[in-house]
Amino acid sequence: MTATMLALLHRDLRVARRELQYFLLRVGLQPLLFTFIFGFVMPRLGIIQRGYTEMLLPGILGLSMTLSSMQAVALPLVIDFGWTKEIEDRLLAPISISGVAIEKILVGILQAMIAGLVVLPLAWLLMGVHLSLGLVEIIQLLVVAILSSWLFAAFGMVVATIVEPQQIGLVFNVLLAPMIFFGCAYYPWATLHVIPWFQRAVLLNPLVYANEGFRLALTPQMPHMSPWLVYGGLLGFSLLFTWLGLRKFAGRAVD
Amino acid sequence: METAIAVENLKKTYQPKTRKGVEVKAVDDISFAVPRGEFFGLLGPNGAGKTTTIGVLTTRVMPTGGTARIEGLDVARNPVAVKRRIGVVPQVNNLDRSLTAREILLFHAEYFGVAKHAREAQAQQLLERFELTERADEKVIGFSGGMVQRLKIARALMHNPAILFLDEPTTGLDPQSRHAMWDLLSELHAKGQTILLTTHYMEEADLLCERAAIIDHGKLLALDSPAQLKRSVPGGYLIELMARSGLNDSFANALRALPGVVDVKQEQERVRIYADRAEGLLANAMRLASEQGVMVTDAHVAEPSLENLFLHLTGRSLRE
Ligand SMILES: Nc1ncnc2c1ncn2[C@@H]1O[C@H](COP(=O)(O)OP(=O)(O)OP(=O)(O)O)[C@@H](O)[C@H]1O
Ligand SMILES: [Mg+2]
Repeated sequence: MTATMLALLHRDLRVARRELQYFLLRVGLQPLLFTFIFGFVMPRLGIIQRGYTEMLLPGILGLSMTLSSMQAVALPLVIDFGWTKEIEDRLLAPISISGVAIEKILVGILQAMIAGLVVLPLAWLLMGVHLSLGLVEIIQLLVVAILSSWLFAAFGMVVATIVEPQQIGLVFNVLLAPMIFFGCAYYPWATLHVIPWFQRAVLLNPLVYANEGFRLALTPQMPHMSPWLVYGGLLGFSLLFTWLGLRKFAGRAVD
Repeated sequence: METAIAVENLKKTYQPKTRKGVEVKAVDDISFAVPRGEFFGLLGPNGAGKTTTIGVLTTRVMPTGGTARIEGLDVARNPVAVKRRIGVVPQVNNLDRSLTAREILLFHAEYFGVAKHAREAQAQQLLERFELTERADEKVIGFSGGMVQRLKIARALMHNPAILFLDEPTTGLDPQSRHAMWDLLSELHAKGQTILLTTHYMEEADLLCERAAIIDHGKLLALDSPAQLKRSVPGGYLIELMARSGLNDSFANALRALPGVVDVKQEQERVRIYADRAEGLLANAMRLASEQGVMVTDAHVAEPSLENLFLHLTGRSLRE
């Protein structure tokens, strides 16, 4: 990593720290509401069984982290390329265009990790899920967290560089809703075997591998996808989106 | 003299974005070279290709033909090395809105690897020189046009670039700020800074630049010192004589016969003499006047403007 890239990271972290309270609100609010309704209210009403919260916890963590890294990369980029052109001052820094893009992905990963650190204890405590994390699970959790954040940071870059800035709101809605609902956040992938075509179709959704990865690491006793498929999916999609994102970024950055 | 900027047969054609669109030859076979230490101008109207040319030289635009070199380095092949050597003041406000003025300078220097102590001292010094200290620790949203422009230049100077690029640095400034900006740029040039500036103000190129290239529709129309450029316009010098009495046709005809005179126009109390050059002409005209008993009350010599030059070169006025 070059000194210039570190300086770019320094700048982004300075700005992020300054906006920490908004960041916490953004990443914390939804999981908080979610855990309150699904982890506290609905079990009390007897509508869902207590065990369901165990199935939800990995999904909530997965959603928070992946959406965080995607937003951290996509939103500033859309604004920069579409309107303010602020990124120009970083494109003139003595670093390659890909260097600037990779730094953006790193920032996305960092933000997602912080989101994870906020959301995991929050959801854990509120839902009262019993987790027994040994060393293997913790290492798995870290690997899954980093890979998922990377995947969605790169995905955020692809979206931000492909979509016209005026359409970004629409795309976020149209893209994210199906991704979330078909993303195995609220049900384990393994249980989908009763609908085989659906089980196979959702494999196209990168979010599935993130959520199943967290399921693998946090609640291994529950049904989950095989580790090979999880890691293969996460790594494959990460590489694909990084390659595509860097190409599209360079296309947007240079006329 | 060492060459700072070398542009050879540079071309940039933008492909149409829609089916019905037409391709735009933003830069169409331009060549020029700028020696180290020169103050060089690119002068042209809106859409002439000034920003595109600067874009290529500053690695922001990929040329579609020809080469551009900064200190011998091919811009398209060695963009990172080129970026180390240049400071860029873009036409648009691309200041980092998330940061304060001082942070903008400090982070910029950090990107370029300037040591902490050095960059803090440099930032303070530039903030003082550019009269930005009062609002140095505020975010830049709400800065006036002049302040934005000064901060953009300060930022470009933070890493002591070998070449400074300025894209229309005075557009949108009031006359006072514009003069302050001119002083500032002259001062930088006097210290040896190589500068490439674009403008569509004739007087700006005239005042600041040692040489200027006139471009329009992506083509280079002329390149010379402003004085030489002006001399190339036939009849570009104007001498106006105001006379209380004695103006007549024989005086006008005698003026027409003087060397260098292109045309003479006479009104009631005024004679306008259009000439290729001014040297000695005023003295000759005054001698003629006293010989013929014309009482000259006032005389005024106007240099040809680059405005006239543009008209002469393109048949169009600069300001639409
Ligand atoms: N990204 C682009 N895509 C397509 N055409 C472009 C692009 N950038 C510039 N052009 C076109 O290239 C031509 C030259 O533009 P350029 O911005 O270089 O002119 P300029 O001399 O800087 O003008 P101004 O004084 O208005 O800043 C114009 O016709 C412009 O429309
Ligand atoms: Mg321009």
